[in-house]
Amino acid sequence: MSAWEDRLAERAGGLTRQVRSRTGGLGDKWRGLPNEARIGIGLLGVVLLYLLPYTADYSFFGFLRPKNSDFVGVLFYPIAIYVLVAVGLNIVVGETGLLDLGYVAFFAVGAYTTGILTSLHASVPWILLLPIGLIVALIAGVLLGTPTLRLRGDYLAIVTLGFGEMIRITANNVHWLGDARGISSIPKPPNIRLFGHTFLRFKRLDATADYRLALTLIIIVVIASRTLERSRIGRYWTAIREDEDAAELMGVPTFQYKLWAFATGAALGGLSGVLYAGRVNFISPDSFPLELSILFLAAVVLGGAGNLPGVILGAVVVGYVPERFRFLQERRVMFFGIALVLMMIFRPQGLLPRKVRGSRTYAGDGTAGSLSPPGAPT
Amino acid sequence: MHFHTLYDQFWTYTVTGLTAGAIYALVALGYTLVYGVLRLINFAHSEIFMIGTFGATFATRWLGLHPPTDPRHGLALVGILLFSALIAMLCSGAAAVALERIAYRPLRGTGDIFGAVALAFITAWVIAYIVLPQRPLPDLIVAIALAAPITLWYRRLLARGRQATRLAFLISAIGASLAISEGFAWWRGRNFEQYPRTFERKQGLFHIFDAKIDAAQIIVIVGAIVMMFALEVFVNRTRLGRGIRAVAQDQETARLMGVNVDNVIMITFLLGGMMAGGAGFLFVLFYENTKYNIGFILGVKAFTSAVLGGIGNLRGALLGGLSLGLIENYGSALTQTKWKDPIAFGVLLVVLMVRPTGLLGEKLARARA
Repeated sequence: MSAWEDRLAERAGGLTRQVRSRTGGLGDKWRGLPNEARIGIGLLGVVLLYLLPYTADYSFFGFLRPKNSDFVGVLFYPIAIYVLVAVGLNIVVGETGLLDLGYVAFFAVGAYTTGILTSLHASVPWILLLPIGLIVALIAGVLLGTPTLRLRGDYLAIVTLGFGEMIRITANNVHWLGDARGISSIPKPPNIRLFGHTFLRFKRLDATADYRLALTLIIIVVIASRTLERSRIGRYWTAIREDEDAAELMGVPTFQYKLWAFATGAALGGLSGVLYAGRVNFISPDSFPLELSILFLAAVVLGGAGNLPGVILGAVVVGYVPERFRFLQERRVMFFGIALVLMMIFRPQGLLPRKVRGSRTYAGDGTAGSLSPPGAPT
Repeated sequence: MHFHTLYDQFWTYTVTGLTAGAIYALVALGYTLVYGVLRLINFAHSEIFMIGTFGATFATRWLGLHPPTDPRHGLALVGILLFSALIAMLCSGAAAVALERIAYRPLRGTGDIFGAVALAFITAWVIAYIVLPQRPLPDLIVAIALAAPITLWYRRLLARGRQATRLAFLISAIGASLAISEGFAWWRGRNFEQYPRTFERKQGLFHIFDAKIDAAQIIVIVGAIVMMFALEVFVNRTRLGRGIRAVAQDQETARLMGVNVDNVIMITFLLGGMMAGGAGFLFVLFYENTKYNIGFILGVKAFTSAVLGGIGNLRGALLGGLSLGLIENYGSALTQTKWKDPIAFGVLLVVLMVRPTGLLGEKLARARA
């Protein structure tokens, strides 16, 4: 770079530093707060999120406010589903470093389980569907994971990609699964009454109750995921992500814990699928295109794989941005693509990257390391 | 199961399978080369192929040919086909190099000026398009004015000096793929565009057993084999080819030995792109139409072929492509096309369980030569 360029860049750098000193210290300040204060602020935030659908016109969003009318149905509820899915996928991609390009398959498994057990072949009460969908997806995860998790990194990517397509085509071809016509008139979840007061009233035209149910599940899943992350299992996952070979040598049963991660992620995908089916009333193979897997993955990586707040932020961005830019019509997909490329240049680690604790050498190409640089020395 | 369909028309399905397989193999080469050198699934390679199909189509249009049929004879026909193939390869090769410099090299943290300028220009244009809905000035002028300061900023940003993670590369690849295909949808619309038929495609130019061979099938299979042979020779016999193999084996050591790694990577993308362009030409020659999202499914299939044969292995790509084409067509004969794709993936799964690195193993990286 020439001298004048350097000087200019120095100026620009000064400016960025100034901005950063105003905002960047936020994370440290947050961490510096006493525990009670953080919990209090967190609870307040959660309450606000629950109350969000009550607001009248959302004008406080300012220029961020998308130009549509049904905020809950078009914005909050889909974003909640994205968040739920992203938190599940984060366990696979972010925590364990396994590249899953067919996550939509598990989402579809959950949704189809709901469809089959409610409208198509049975009438199982809705409250049982959440655990059933979760378990069916978990089994699907184990079935897919057992043969494939012995494969190294990128092979897993193509196999999962194929699995995503296979699930879709199977649903399309098998009459028992409703083939190309899909499954219609899936019942909505029942209203939840406690002490004579209806808490959640599920309606077709109003997604408020669905949004709140999703929010509740998100809170449960985030707390569970956080607990797992900080447990022995989570440390095993981290070890596998950083260097699978080293982890194996240190006595981590890598295959078993990769399978756990994969199955846990699958189960959460199934859970979101159940929720989705209960809201949309109609599912067909076309509801689960390959592109959705890619969008889910983009949410995780954009936010910061392996860091829960980051992943949630990424999912919110992926759910929100296309709505805000709906005026671009069909061109918005193109702009979304460009945004992904640019985003990786600004923040290759994601919007809120995972804190790297301690010193860390490059992982060997030891496979599960989708978070290590390509071509890193072996 | 419709065994009799397969039994009755075994050779027809075989030839169709080989034709499709030859195209898969050519596209698979691009995945394999890039994977061998960078350990990166070049997700946007399918779009490079799509650009090739459009390049070939435009070439015939420039020559004044009109779809659906515009028969020519003799040397003129040969010239048209060669020109069309050449333009396809040029378009795809250029697109692949541009892709590398815009979407991937910036992530390697080496502070490339071309990447910075191109990205700044794209950013400026997006800002001009979205933020200024009234457009007092043409987008282009606003974009140029904005691009200059952004370039300076990006150069700083790109000279990070360290590589991004593999996931970042993958997301960038996915983004580029979306942007290219949707950009084409914007430019050319979402309908099929026809490629003119320039020679008579009589079913049954000659027979192999009971399979009727059509002239286009011969061109596809022969063309693919010639291109693959040329690539194999290039990688194994030339100085640049040795550079590619060296970088594939060990990037750091190759750099220390004086190999210009950035150049080698660019050449790798160029080669992969040209192969995809050739595949694009053969594809439109055979199927006679194309559209903006034609690459996606084919790209997935081609990547499957590369993995099936052993990713990073050039001959593996050929073997994988041809086998996938055959398996798919036999599968579609047995199940009346319903279970075509699941059968192909099922076979991939079985192969990977038995041979975890594909049929021929990963060779480009571990070459002994």
